[in-house]
Amino acid sequence: MSILFIVFLPLLASILAGFANKSLGFVVPKVLTTGALFIACILSWPIFISFLGGNAEAHVVPVLKWVASGTMTFDWALRVDALTAVMLVVITSVSALVHLYSWGYMSDEPDQPRFFAYLSLFTFAMLMLVTADNLVQMFFGWEGVGLASYLLIGFWFRKPSAGAAAIKAFVVNRVGDLGFMLGIFATYLVFGTVSIPEILHAAPSMAGSTIGFLGHRFDTMTVICLLLFVGAMGKSAQLGLHTWLPDAMEGPTPVSALIHAATMVTAGVFMVCRLSPMFEQSATAMHFITFIGAATCFFAATVGCTQWDIKRVIAYSTCSQLGYMFFAAGSGAYGAAMFHLFTHAFFKALLFLGAGSVIHAMHHEQDMRFYGGLRKKIPITFWTMTAGTLAITGVGIAGVAGFAGFHSKDAILEAAFASGSSVGTFAFWMGIFAALMTSFYSWRLVFLTFFGKPRWIQSEHIQHAVHDAHGHGHDDHAHDAHDDAHAHDDHAHDDHAHAAPDIGSSGPDYADHGDGTGGYHPHESPLVMLLPLLILSLGAVFAGFVFEHYFVSEGEGAFWKGSLVFPEHLLHAMHGVPLWVKWAPFTVMAIGFVTAWYGYIRNLDFPKAVVAQIGPVYTFVYRKWMFDELYDRIFVKPAFWLGQVFWKVLDIGIIDRFGPDGAAAVVARGSTYAQKVQSGYLYSYALVMLLGLVGAISWVIAG
Amino acid sequence: MIGVEHYVVVSSILFVLGVLGIFLNRKNIIVILMAIELILLAVNINLVAFSAFLHDLTGQIFAMFVLTVAAGEAAVGLAILVIYFRGRGTIAVDDVNRMKG
Repeated sequence: MSILFIVFLPLLASILAGFANKSLGFVVPKVLTTGALFIACILSWPIFISFLGGNAEAHVVPVLKWVASGTMTFDWALRVDALTAVMLVVITSVSALVHLYSWGYMSDEPDQPRFFAYLSLFTFAMLMLVTADNLVQMFFGWEGVGLASYLLIGFWFRKPSAGAAAIKAFVVNRVGDLGFMLGIFATYLVFGTVSIPEILHAAPSMAGSTIGFLGHRFDTMTVICLLLFVGAMGKSAQLGLHTWLPDAMEGPTPVSALIHAATMVTAGVFMVCRLSPMFEQSATAMHFITFIGAATCFFAATVGCTQWDIKRVIAYSTCSQLGYMFFAAGSGAYGAAMFHLFTHAFFKALLFLGAGSVIHAMHHEQDMRFYGGLRKKIPITFWTMTAGTLAITGVGIAGVAGFAGFHSKDAILEAAFASGSSVGTFAFWMGIFAALMTSFYSWRLVFLTFFGKPRWIQSEHIQHAVHDAHGHGHDDHAHDAHDDAHAHDDHAHDDHAHAAPDIGSSGPDYADHGDGTGGYHPHESPLVMLLPLLILSLGAVFAGFVFEHYFVSEGEGAFWKGSLVFPEHLLHAMHGVPLWVKWAPFTVMAIGFVTAWYGYIRNLDFPKAVVAQIGPVYTFVYRKWMFDELYDRIFVKPAFWLGQVFWKVLDIGIIDRFGPDGAAAVVARGSTYAQKVQSGYLYSYALVMLLGLVGAISWVIAG
Repeated sequence: MIGVEHYVVVSSILFVLGVLGIFLNRKNIIVILMAIELILLAVNINLVAFSAFLHDLTGQIFAMFVLTVAAGEAAVGLAILVIYFRGRGTIAVDDVNRMKG
């Protein structure tokens, strides 16, 4: 029954915090929401551990009757099995830590109760999603997290770019959601139910059947799976529907850590794993998933290598890692996909929160060109972020032990290779390239931020901070500078307003500015922010090593217990992959590390030279493969044009003109004439009376 | 021999004169009152003429009623007019347009 508390405590806390009277102050809502999340977290781990021990059975806890209409019946019910248990610990742990972290990160905000209420609301919706026993309830959670994501991206709604990013996230997700909805409709049409266990039970018997659509016959399972996967693509920011994720970085950094790295964006992966018996019935859909996953993984990694905004680098990294999860699922290695989801949640949340700590120390400066030399100033952040980087780049010795990402990423790459299909091989090579770039951009981030000489002086944020410190004394500068930071926070745009020193693209010139600090002294973040970092870095170091046995190795069948498909032959094939496949990820990781070290520590002119060599390619990648421009041209502009036509021509020109406006004009015109008749002169009234009388009499006589 | 039609023609002429007196007159409200009297008298001529012609006294009695009402109407009308003149200082027809909505 503890699942009821896990799911509904965050909702209760959210409602209380959100509607709490302002006179309660900040502390009560903060304590409520954070406390609720920690209780949920403490209740979640025993469930997970009992599944690890193999002595827990999947069960369903009914909550309420929901819909009973003809043949369609489904209820609110919370399903707990191994898959849900994994998600439960990921969501509640990361969410609890992010709540705690926000105490420090958002301490200057005037709207803290709203922030914490949104965070808890998000957690509730996400928990509803992962505990769903039927597709409609899953869709409820799916939309709930979308709403919370929208609210939190647009949390600083006075900033136009944040509002635009929130709308973009919502609209792009709507495209995916349409696919998901159509998938649910098609499922109901075919199976006659939306209950997930019943669907999964009936799925194998549907293999090979066809469904009529637009006058053609298609394979039923392929259609359903592709439609559902479109939903997953939207939510998990896969290639084509990924454009919202980098812009979502407009939200506060804890939000990026919780929603846009650890939990919500993995909902697509979760959904594919949850419905894995269905996806197994369609080889076409599986190949499509593998292809999209691999393409996303490669694409996002290339873009990540070129970005300067610290949060954007991590955002593209997230996108890329989600690609890994999808091509693992597409290859049939659902266990590996969930394993990577699990480890990724810890190290990516860690990286985001670490980035938040850096941003906090640097007065909301997010451009890595203005960092440098922070290693000694904020040592704890440095060490925890290094742990996260070691985890994401997959440092480890094959067959012995490694950081979290090493275990999960290698499992994925081996699975892709072992699947044997041509698209699996494609995914494997894309994954290897992406691993190379992952290592490069992750270490690039660390080197630019923590190593080298300080380059802070040219940052407007730092200048504001220093200026305010001199102007108003040191005690109150944090708040003033913070307000400034909000007003000027325009990092969403590529054409950066600062006079950037442009490492790599136009050559470093920061050596001329004395010590480069501009007299600014970054401070390490408060304990409430460091504590989550330290806890998450434990996860980043040990999560892979400790849990590999359960998620992808011999223990897999016993752990998952049929909550997802577990192809035995793939596991055997994974054990039989050649030695070079096992060592390839480690090798490319080392190459990436050395390249980053050479380019950003040893020889600072090297990136500039490379960029000069591959100019147009660099620009193409730097502009994110022109996706935003392309979509602007194909979708946004025509949509605006169509809107203009409907507005100006159809609405104003036709409907209003002949409808309400026309009727009003006729009445107005008529009454000006009628007004003249009412002159007030006695004789004209008498004339009208006479004429009326004559008319009436003539009518009577003539009639 | 003077027939009933002569009376009708005279009364018609008087009636039209009265009506035109109301509509074409732009000077004075008293003229309007006089025009109304003229219309009533035209009707009276008709009533009396047909009464004599049809040997029915009802018409003549009715003419007496009309005369009475006309006298009352003239008295009330003139009284209103006096009050109105005190209030506004004019009884020119073109200035009397306060009934405009």
